[in-house]
Amino acid sequence: MQVDLHTFWPKILEATNETLLMVGIALVFASLIGLPLGVALVVTRPNGLLQNGPLFKVLNAIVNFFRSIPFIILLVAILPITRLIVGTSIGTAAAVVPLVLFSGPFIARLVESSLLEVEPGVVEATEAMGATSWQIVFRVLIPEALSSLVLNITIAAIGLVGASAMAGFVGGGGLGDLAIAYGYQRFETEVMIITVLLLVVIVQVIQTVGNQLSRKIRRH
Amino acid sequence: MIHFDHVTKVYESNGTSFKAVNDVELKVEKGEIFGVIGFSGAGKSTLIRLVNLLERPTSGSVLLNDRDMASLKKSELREQRRKIGMIFQHFNLLESKNVYHNVAFPLSLAGVPKKEIDSRVTEILEFVGLSDKSTQYPDQLSGGQKQRVGIARALATSPEILLCDEATSALDPETTKSILDLLKRVRDEYNITILMITHEMNVIREVCDQVAVMEQGQLIEQGTIFDVFSNPKHQTTKNFVRTVMQDEIPESILRLLSDQERSRHIYRITFVNETTGEPILSRVSKGFDVEVNVLHGQITELQGVPFGNLIVELQGEQSEILKAIHYLQTSVQLKEVTAHAG
Ligand SMILES: Nc1ncnc2c1ncn2[C@@H]1O[C@H](COP(=O)(O)OP(=O)(O)O)[C@@H](O)[C@H]1O
Ligand SMILES: [Mg+2]
Repeated sequence: MQVDLHTFWPKILEATNETLLMVGIALVFASLIGLPLGVALVVTRPNGLLQNGPLFKVLNAIVNFFRSIPFIILLVAILPITRLIVGTSIGTAAAVVPLVLFSGPFIARLVESSLLEVEPGVVEATEAMGATSWQIVFRVLIPEALSSLVLNITIAAIGLVGASAMAGFVGGGGLGDLAIAYGYQRFETEVMIITVLLLVVIVQVIQTVGNQLSRKIRRH
Repeated sequence: MIHFDHVTKVYESNGTSFKAVNDVELKVEKGEIFGVIGFSGAGKSTLIRLVNLLERPTSGSVLLNDRDMASLKKSELREQRRKIGMIFQHFNLLESKNVYHNVAFPLSLAGVPKKEIDSRVTEILEFVGLSDKSTQYPDQLSGGQKQRVGIARALATSPEILLCDEATSALDPETTKSILDLLKRVRDEYNITILMITHEMNVIREVCDQVAVMEQGQLIEQGTIFDVFSNPKHQTTKNFVRTVMQDEIPESILRLLSDQERSRHIYRITFVNETTGEPILSRVSKGFDVEVNVLHGQITELQGVPFGNLIVELQGEQSEILKAIHYLQTSVQLKEVTAHAG
């Protein structure tokens, strides 16, 4: 079966746009959730700056809960919530909600691990200077971990590219959807190859930009 | 200045408790360099961290200028901590900031205006000899330079006290010497009281006025450098002194002593400063009918002052030897060495 690629180019372009849009918007909101949540995990943990056992246990359990649900199930399971937030349960906007819920807790874990890499001695030295806990978070932990944070956010962004491929289930569109709808279900191999190649390129670009940004921060 | 008033610190972890600091009573006077020496795990770091309340005492209290640190409110504690500088074995500099901003950091945290920060940082970098490195980052510096930045950072807020936690333990001997010289200048030029902990006796010998020996959370001995070096009482202290000073009696001398054929008169002589050994010994052999034979020992420096520890044999008539001993005792410490002496 031969496909007229000319009629598909606009479709591919549109799908690329949808993917970038979904990933971009989801990344922003997921970071808005993940960064504070990650910081909270670090400061409330036992021997943390604002040690709070019960709160840490609750936050930890919430993060683990969302991290253990496969994205495809999360996507369907939260349809009512999605409708409540964006007014519809289908389309690109509707796909962003589960993407955020999927990626936010993941980013929280990545942020947590980045911040925990900061030498405890540096934190202690700052405490000894008479710093407040907030000063330690914003002026020591985050700046010192920035290079590693950027690398970890890059990982989260690439995870979102992968997850967004499943957005087709809620009519979210995007390259993944195109690959499945045309390439897999209609056996139009060329379309599948092109979309997959585009996804590869997007992932490569994100990783390269992330690496360079991180290196630049490390090299000051 | 700093008073540990029967301070005990117990760590609780998974149901077991551990006494890291056990009923420590210690006074550090203003302008003094006070050293605490002990093996790893003795509780030294815990002790020094009690001063700025990085650790809270379980019982007893740490008083700074008669104020109990544990009684301070949070904001007062932060205020007080700015008056206590601290330096560390591994420097603990901010890797993301250059030398200038590392030194400026405590001032900036305290909300000091930029202009003031600038003049203070310039002055302090000059003092530690790093003016030309202000735009370098910590990973571009040597260990000694990093510690200089650490010292500059600790001095930025013009503290009254400087705490040094194994500040030279990660440095080579040459660099250690230069950092210790810098610490002496810190005390002399800024009149800052220094409390330092270390496991190296040469560090104590080099800069400290007073020393305390810590073992298993307790202070087992304390006193002036001269007292402790010339007359260590506890076995651990003797071992530490031995690491920097030859004071063991060699096997060959002990063999001489166990020689039953004739009795030998062997003495350990310790002296400091102006009582330099040689004139005294030659005066003894001139003034009395005795031969003085130096068997063993060394003259070393304690804080730039000669300190001698010699083992000598006196030969001659019993009565002359007694007179000579009497004379010697007026100016130096003298102790008879016997076959069983330690
Ligand atoms: N936070 C802590 N919790 C439990 N035990 C600790 C803690 N900090 C130190 N210790 C224990 O206290 C003892 C003294 O430690 P430390 O003060 O670091 O000794 P030093 O500095 O002389 O090597 C060690 O046995 C150490 O394991
Ligand atoms: Mg220690």
